[in-house]
Amino acid sequence: MQSPVFRARGISKVYRVGDVLVTALSRVDLDLHAGELLVLLGPSGSGKSTLLNILGGLDLPSEGNVRFLDHDLSSADDPALTRFRREHVGFVFQFYNLIPSLTARENVALVTEIASRPMPPEEALDRVGLGDRLDHFPSQMSGGEQQRVAIARAVAKRPDVLLCDEPTGALDCETGKRVLEVLARANQDLGTTTAIITHNAAIAAMADRVVRMRSGAIVEEVRNSVRVPASSLEW
Amino acid sequence: MRTLDRKLVRDFARLRGQVAAIALVVACGVATVVATRTAYESLVGARDDYYARHRFADVFAHLERAPDALRARITTIPGVAAVETRIVADVTLDVPGLDEPAAARLVSLPDGHEPTLNAIHLRSGRSLDPTRRDEAIVSEAFARANRLEVGDTIGAVLNGRWQDLRIVGLGLSPEYVYEIRPQDLFPDPRRFGVIWMSRAALGPAFDLDGAFNDVSIQLAEGAAPGDVIERLDRLLDRHGGLGAYGRDEQLSARFVEDEIRQNRITGTVLPAIFLGVAAFLLHIVLSRLVSLQREQIAVLKAFGYRDSSVAAHYLALALAAVALGAVLGVAVGLWLGALMNSVYRDFYRFPSFPYEPGGPVIAIAVGVSALAAALGALSAVRRVLALPPAEAMRPEPPARFRAGLLERSGLLARLATPARMVVRQISRRPVRASLSVVGLALAVAILVLARFFSDAIGTLAEVQFRAAQREDVSVAFHEPLGTAVGFELAALPGVLAVETSRSVPARIRAGHRSRRIAVTGLPPKPSLRRVVDRDGRPVATPPDGAVLTQHLARLLGVGPGDVVEIEVLEGRRQRLRVRVASLADELLGMSVYLDSRALARLLEEQGSVTGAWLRVDSREASELYRRLKRMPAVAGVGNRLAALRSFEDTLARNLGVMNFILVVFACVIAAAMVYNSARIALSERTRELASLRVLGFTRREVTEMLLGEQALLLLLALPAGFWIGKRLATLMAEAYAWELFRLPLVVTPRTYGFAALVTASAAVVSGALVRERLRRLDLVASLESRD
Repeated sequence: MQSPVFRARGISKVYRVGDVLVTALSRVDLDLHAGELLVLLGPSGSGKSTLLNILGGLDLPSEGNVRFLDHDLSSADDPALTRFRREHVGFVFQFYNLIPSLTARENVALVTEIASRPMPPEEALDRVGLGDRLDHFPSQMSGGEQQRVAIARAVAKRPDVLLCDEPTGALDCETGKRVLEVLARANQDLGTTTAIITHNAAIAAMADRVVRMRSGAIVEEVRNSVRVPASSLEW
Repeated sequence: MRTLDRKLVRDFARLRGQVAAIALVVACGVATVVATRTAYESLVGARDDYYARHRFADVFAHLERAPDALRARITTIPGVAAVETRIVADVTLDVPGLDEPAAARLVSLPDGHEPTLNAIHLRSGRSLDPTRRDEAIVSEAFARANRLEVGDTIGAVLNGRWQDLRIVGLGLSPEYVYEIRPQDLFPDPRRFGVIWMSRAALGPAFDLDGAFNDVSIQLAEGAAPGDVIERLDRLLDRHGGLGAYGRDEQLSARFVEDEIRQNRITGTVLPAIFLGVAAFLLHIVLSRLVSLQREQIAVLKAFGYRDSSVAAHYLALALAAVALGAVLGVAVGLWLGALMNSVYRDFYRFPSFPYEPGGPVIAIAVGVSALAAALGALSAVRRVLALPPAEAMRPEPPARFRAGLLERSGLLARLATPARMVVRQISRRPVRASLSVVGLALAVAILVLARFFSDAIGTLAEVQFRAAQREDVSVAFHEPLGTAVGFELAALPGVLAVETSRSVPARIRAGHRSRRIAVTGLPPKPSLRRVVDRDGRPVATPPDGAVLTQHLARLLGVGPGDVVEIEVLEGRRQRLRVRVASLADELLGMSVYLDSRALARLLEEQGSVTGAWLRVDSREASELYRRLKRMPAVAGVGNRLAALRSFEDTLARNLGVMNFILVVFACVIAAAMVYNSARIALSERTRELASLRVLGFTRREVTEMLLGEQALLLLLALPAGFWIGKRLATLMAEAYAWELFRLPLVVTPRTYGFAALVTASAAVVSGALVRERLRRLDLVASLESRD
């Protein structure tokens, strides 16, 4: 296997909430390899979102070291983190976070306009099966459709890594499976390193590797010998 | 403290930036109400008190000469309560330290007793001793400006005889609250003053022993001035009456009245603008608050709070913001009122002119601002009332965007995506966007208005002192002289050119309307003093027919081709019928102009002269002045450049204060509008902006998307503000279209540029404050919450 894309060593994150210090992550080590599909599994409060935020350059660890290829993310300043997100990362969120004033096509174009080697927005939307909904606004689409637009937006710039935080959390089972299929296809077709965080254990079967977290620490790591197609998942 | 009140206090603290912005706008509105209203009341109070205490007359008339016996007949006119007869004459003075001659109006005081009417108020010194014929009381302003004190001496030419006058007192008179030479706009106390002397001294000096040439009348309660004026005119006709007039045409009273009227207009227009903007800002802030607190409102209602208590809670927030502004506004208003009062003191001479703001004014200001608060809170409170608790528990549905007209036109497709977002944000809330544009436009308009006054008066000065008046020195004579006087003047030292004119007092009539004016005969091609329109273009006087000031023509309801009757008020007192040849859009006064030969023909004169304009070699001006001071025929001497300088000084002092206030207030509106709009946009779009940041947009790009909306609104507001500003200027120009002068409607490109620049700067400062908040945006937190 190639050298890791992400390499996190001994990262901790401590938040101050009022007068209380909350430890969200404590001394976590994690590598992420090129092209792999990783599922980060854990109950809420286990620290998986914090870990993802640190990998995605949204947050800095209180301690430890994170590297993305040759970038040191743990000591980067805000402009450097912004540049990192802009050039290398695609995000998918639980609540889609689309811009309500922009159509599907424009939401994707928003990102492709600032990317260096993007695919056309139409192509990205076609990949997620929304080639016929290009000019719809978010308020005119279902939750599943909105999430597929969000995925199209994330993959359109051909990111090195796709980070998905509870992408099916707000969706019903059938719609959720369709969204996961789209993610798996993007991972396979484009070779994008993908991390999905979820509390839904059923999703683990579609991953190359599954990492379980509890109370801010990694408690188990499993490599699947076979990736189950998303359409066959049940929950 | 009840819990709901505690929530009120905390919400208030959390919204402090927006609350402060609203409070400042309210403060501006309240301050303008308080300042203009209190200044108005002090002015009216000082005037009414002064007029009453010093028995200011109601009707005035000047005449050539009438025996004292006529006084008794005047007293019998029905409606006349009191009569005062006097000797009034204009003279030139030799004031130490002043090169050119000053002008003075001599007014007689009765010997041995107080005047029945128009009593003077002695500031210092003593009353006149009737046995001493050289004693004089001098108007305080004139004495101050020329550093004259009790005991000093000034030289005057009285009816052709040089006389030294000894100052025994300094005084004020209700007739000269605004102490100004006719034809001037602003007092020039250095060059014009009033001098009171005893009747015993002035009678012999002007050959008016046992006679008078001026009469003042006090009307009985309920008497109509019109009837008394008509009867008095008939009585004075044989004695060279120059036409009686009421207080409305008395120069000083007229200026004071006009000031009061202008104050009333300003005191209505400006507060209305500020309070309107405040209501709008409250509206958007509270509406947003209600949206954000949907769940809280639902919980309160679910737990049994009555609709009215929840609504009252939000109304209280509005009232608290406004109350804060009202308190600040009253304080600033009182300070500004005192400032206006001190500016008034420079212009209007009252024995006592205290600034005593009354309680009712403050009550009115507070009441009006509370109204603005209620208006602003209305729709938010209605939404609170209408919100069913069950629905309110659910989060608000996502913002709806649809393809609008702009989309279908295809124009939007050419814009970059961030620009498209800006346009869509605006078109999604057209009403709010329009109100924002209106608010910003009002700020621009106030700035245009502030500069308009300078522009207009600058133009007025330019037209008057450069296009119309081109002489160096003007000379007025006591009575008509032969044309030979032109040659005499030309022979004086330093005189390079002379142009003479004939001016005759007259009453002009058209139907039942009439006005007292001067008819002036001008040379066919005048070069030193021309009739010019408001753009400074010369207006020719045709060989026959009269040129009327446009404002006069409007008052008389006549136009070119119509015939007017001119009743000459001196000499043979002819009644002439003259055709109106054309109108001149003059800015100053109201006049009738004729070709000098045509006037001579009508008056059946060989040609006579009442005034002259001189071009002078400045190196010999002192010598010329020295000679003019001693010429018996000379009633007054004017210096164009000195008049211009005094005009500009007065203006700088007067307008400086007003402009400063307007500029500051306009900045408050602009800054408050931009700050609040951007803060609301930030609050509504936090998640969206955070998402953009996560997607890799830089802070700068995100700031541009947020503030771009404000910038576009501002861009739209500029032309609208220019337009409203021009309308306000028109309103003011119309309000200033008085018989004495008219403000030209001039708004220069520089003024528009200034308004745009100041508004934009205020907006940039607000934008910077909001950008600071955007900088602190917590990306992770904004993404986790649904809203």
